[in-house]
Amino acid sequence: MNEADTAQEPAVKATAHRDPVTFDGVELGSRLIMGTGGAPSLDGLGAALEASGTELTTVAMRRYSPAESGSLFQLLADRNIRVLPNTAGCFTARDAVLTAELAREALETDWVKLEVIADEQTLLPDALELADATEQLVARGFKVFAYTNDDPVLALRLEHLGATAVMPLGAPIGTGLGILNPHNIELIVSRASVPVVLDAGIGTASDAALAMELGCDAVLLATAVTRAQNPVLMGEAFKHAVAAGRLARLAGRIPRREHALASSGMEGRAEFL
Amino acid sequence: MNITLNGKPHALPDNATVGALVSGVTGRPLADNGQATDGRKLGVAVARNAEVVPRSRWHATELIEGDDVELVTAVQGG
Repeated sequence: MNEADTAQEPAVKATAHRDPVTFDGVELGSRLIMGTGGAPSLDGLGAALEASGTELTTVAMRRYSPAESGSLFQLLADRNIRVLPNTAGCFTARDAVLTAELAREALETDWVKLEVIADEQTLLPDALELADATEQLVARGFKVFAYTNDDPVLALRLEHLGATAVMPLGAPIGTGLGILNPHNIELIVSRASVPVVLDAGIGTASDAALAMELGCDAVLLATAVTRAQNPVLMGEAFKHAVAAGRLARLAGRIPRREHALASSGMEGRAEFL
Repeated sequence: MNITLNGKPHALPDNATVGALVSGVTGRPLADNGQATDGRKLGVAVARNAEVVPRSRWHATELIEGDDVELVTAVQGG
């Protein structure tokens, strides 16, 4: 995003107590958006979400089952975590739009993480269906958080279609391969005027820090925490990683150099005969 | 009458409404506006024959024989 978050920004802003990210006019104090998939138990999930400091968390919409009803919804409500329903599992714009409509009814939010997947093997977004669904949902008043490929052209198209945020993948869902094309992510960030959220592919804390250093406004991840050996510790690691990456972005990194540059001056050095 | 609920056959009294179905399946009494009377969020939505039925119309919407109903809620994901 092009909001004044470049190296020229006064350092004092970077150390300010609050550095919220804004979606659709709503300020969130944490730039870490969590998914809830992959957690073996709801108790463990709650503890990991708390450790991560997240204020926005995705959920999927599935058939109601009396045995397991309500508890996730309640878990998030108890922690004041906003819900971002997704359209996971949808392969067509039609299914995604209908799923978003159901989510809006069930959860009383017009925010939706739009996922329209091409196939089970890659879980990569289907660009044509994604653009179609974005257009339809925006026309129906949804605030679309569009999960997209790391394609700078498509990301800009989605923004022009009215997406509230664009969410390029670092790597395919669940792979933990990190950010495979940092250059494209930087390019997406440099041209976007809506928030950019790095979504999918994050494996460990340094991946999230890198996403923020590249200029992303937030990071979305699930598996990296929920399937970590210790999800609570990993949730806390990501909290710090996202904050550290954000600060580094605001601070402005040094340029890369071909050759060494001494940090101690030579002037006044003792001379030994 | 018989409808399909979440992909399985489901028997209902004739003229049953969407509201009665939701209340019966979730075990939560509903007001006419479709909100749970216990004051807690219900967190479910209904599609009937691939069209969403808004909560506010659950009580006025009668089901008919052969209707295909999806009743969904939020689960872990994403």
